[in-house]
Amino acid sequence: MQQMHMKRRNRWLEEYIGRTFAVICGWLIILITVTMIIFLAVKGIQSFTDSGLSLSDMLLSAQWDPDGTPPKYGALIFIVGSMLVSLGALLISAPIALALAIFMNFIAPKWFVSLLKPVLELLVGIPSVVYGWLGVTILVPLLREWFGGSGFSLLAGIIVLSLMILPTITSIAADALANVPMAYMEASYGLGSTRWQAISRVIVPAAKAGIATGVVLGLARAFGEALAVQMVIGNTMKLPSGLDSPTATLTSILTMDMANTINGTPWNNALWTLALILLLISFFFIAVIRLVGPRKER
Amino acid sequence: MTARMIDKVWTGIFYAVAVAVIGLLIFFFAVVLSKGAGFWQPEFLFGRPSNTQAGGGIGPQLLNSFYLLVVTLLLSVPISLGAGIYLAEYAKQGRIVGFIRLCLETMASLPSIVVGLFGLLAFVTLTGWGYTLLGGALAVTIINLPGLTRICETAILDVPANVKEGSLALGATRWQTLVKAVLPAAIPQMVTGVILSAGRIFGEAAVFIYTAGLTTPMLRWDADWGSQANPLNVFRPAETLTVHIWKLNSEGIVPDAKLIAAKSAAVLMVAVLFFNLAARLASSLLARYFSGGRRARRARGERSKAA
Repeated sequence: MQQMHMKRRNRWLEEYIGRTFAVICGWLIILITVTMIIFLAVKGIQSFTDSGLSLSDMLLSAQWDPDGTPPKYGALIFIVGSMLVSLGALLISAPIALALAIFMNFIAPKWFVSLLKPVLELLVGIPSVVYGWLGVTILVPLLREWFGGSGFSLLAGIIVLSLMILPTITSIAADALANVPMAYMEASYGLGSTRWQAISRVIVPAAKAGIATGVVLGLARAFGEALAVQMVIGNTMKLPSGLDSPTATLTSILTMDMANTINGTPWNNALWTLALILLLISFFFIAVIRLVGPRKER
Repeated sequence: MTARMIDKVWTGIFYAVAVAVIGLLIFFFAVVLSKGAGFWQPEFLFGRPSNTQAGGGIGPQLLNSFYLLVVTLLLSVPISLGAGIYLAEYAKQGRIVGFIRLCLETMASLPSIVVGLFGLLAFVTLTGWGYTLLGGALAVTIINLPGLTRICETAILDVPANVKEGSLALGATRWQTLVKAVLPAAIPQMVTGVILSAGRIFGEAAVFIYTAGLTTPMLRWDADWGSQANPLNVFRPAETLTVHIWKLNSEGIVPDAKLIAAKSAAVLMVAVLFFNLAARLASSLLARYFSGGRRARRARGERSKAA
């Protein structure tokens, strides 16, 4: 009798402890995210509250010269650099990714799909420093030969990034296409269309919300990628004059300079503001995805 | 051009793109493995790096990468399992769950350098630890949490409802049902996901630059527990293999910096292959084990014989 009572109590305790653990973990997710945002926001606004820099100077000036007299902290180079490099990567990557997604869903024979899937998984798995290393050892010398100059350039960054975001966009676009009901395809065939006509005029438009989500996620990934870009883009503090000219991005300047500056100095604070800008831009991408993405049922 | 011709041309284009992407991956592996030939030599894999002379190894960096991976998994698997259970089993659909999902989405889309900088604030400066392996593990845990939580949640949700109902009907409590019936059925899918994210942790770099640091102390296995020289001390700086490649590229002063970077890249590529194959193998083996493959087949066989 006593034993049975004990057993029942243990069971109740187990239920209680297990449940509490799960709830704590759920809340921990919220706690971490909110703490992270608060920390970065507090640190990021110190440029304006402590160091007396002006927001408009920072966003609109392209002069970054923290060592000069007076020091200048214009972040426009990095913002423009980040935008150009990630939009450029998207321009190359999105069409290829869409083609791959269509191919995998509607055209490729089964054995080809089972070959392509691991290939994409491996492409995702390759670490960003290895992409950067490949860029430095193969791409940069090639560009040097073609265009002259150092080879470290906006174009090098664009090409490296386009490869890195290709699997991301492909897998999301492929899922979106797979979710289009087969009946659409059949109806289109029934009306006498060819496969290409059915794909281009029926299937792709039907999946456009999902495809757009993939594209924005790819853009976000390109925007946030740090080391591979830093290794090939040249990191000169000026706006690019063309595809073959070196420049710098938000992530590349953060990667290089944060360790060289002393906590609390205007230079250091300005870098934290760049980190905050990066954070705000990724919020922007999340908002866009929520707007364009397909409505979730559940 | 007729519609039929256009269709043929596009089919050709699609094939060309797919073949080109496969070719590109093969090309990458060929370049990395040929330029980094010799990476399998033990004196490279386990040797000490040299600051001035050619011929140094990557022993400490490789150790750091693996140790960081283990510590990170120890931190992130329980948390994401708990959060996954919460989302799949306990949480009522509503505002809080919506907010947790938003948080997960935010966390997942943060650039890893931003998480690294948060790590610099929280685990390096605020705690006063300086650059430590534990700080790196905590920071990369944040990057890893959303993906792993998602994996655990979907694995639990994918378990057929009758498994759960059967257990509950036999009088088990909710937690007992979860631990003894649902989780075992969800494990194959989870293990695959964990191995794949292990590969991602292994290849992560940007987050470690400002958390685990760019250096490694001279490690000695006979050092005290509290000493920075003890390889297993989590409160010591730990440069990972990925950070090592990046550092060699930007400020390598060793005469053979290029070769070391190439060989290290080759090691990373092999690791990527290994993690992917391991995930595949684990998923097929575990699926067979947990679905009771042989027993089920025998049972089916007997039934058909009886009929």
